[in-house]
Amino acid sequence: MKAKIFIKYKDGILDPQGKVTGKALNSIGINGINSLTIGKYIEMEFGDVSKDEANQIANESCKKLLVNPNTQTYSFEIINE
Amino acid sequence: MNKCAVLVFPGSNCDNDAYFVLKNLFNIEVDFVWHKSSNLDSYNMILIPGGFSYGDYLRTGAIAKFSPIMKEVVLKSKKGIPIIGICNGFQILLECGLLPGSLINNKNIKFLSQNVTLQVHNDSTIFTSRLKVGDMLSMPIAHKEGNYIADDDTVKKLEDNNRIIFKYLENPNGSQNDIAGIINENGNVLGMMPHPERACDKILGSDDGKFIFKSIIERFK
Repeated sequence: MKAKIFIKYKDGILDPQGKVTGKALNSIGINGINSLTIGKYIEMEFGDVSKDEANQIANESCKKLLVNPNTQTYSFEIINE
Repeated sequence: MNKCAVLVFPGSNCDNDAYFVLKNLFNIEVDFVWHKSSNLDSYNMILIPGGFSYGDYLRTGAIAKFSPIMKEVVLKSKKGIPIIGICNGFQILLECGLLPGSLINNKNIKFLSQNVTLQVHNDSTIFTSRLKVGDMLSMPIAHKEGNYIADDDTVKKLEDNNRIIFKYLENPNGSQNDIAGIINENGNVLGMMPHPERACDKILGSDDGKFIFKSIIERFK
């Protein structure tokens, strides 16, 4: 079982990396993109735990370390692989 | 007792500068204290130096926050021991919650290594007693994540309670309200991005940083 964790800046927090990358795509002729933000993707592999436990572990990890609640938001999904 | 602890994390790189300045220019006793230690009882000042603790992995200061020594720093902060976090030290203090807000990427994404001018905004703190409001201090910055950000309420509280003690004269990194250094509610914890320890001798271009250390040291002399 795996958690796929996605972390991104909250709306309104400056994301210069995303902004510049969006502009770069525009400058090579890829149009139609309104905005682009760059975040983090974390994969977490579990041992012998239930789906509920995996949910709990992923959530606690985000809250205690992986995410800075002042500037970031997160979401995750638990998948069987 | 008149002794300062300079904390050392894997990746700290301004620890020697801080040690040199305190020991040789101010003649006070200084010890390097490894992050795995959990006792700071014999110190009446704690300095968290700049650098890249744990390689800045995940977020600046995020992993250092869980070092054993930081639990002790939090306890000492409650006892009123002066604590100064410079650059990465500031980032660690924010992650620990000893100071409010966060530091994110500089507005122009670049690592900035340059001299800046700071303006003193509060001279009645233990860190600025040798200074006057309006004084200009020249010292270097060297960071990529020095852009201070907090919600409007927090910034208003900082402003209203005079807790922004240093502001950039020309904002180099996008920090809200030109914030360069803030203190906690009790006034014994200072976090700042510029490096006063690199500006304590004219041979380095400025010795304005001395006033900050002089202010703290005078308090316990």
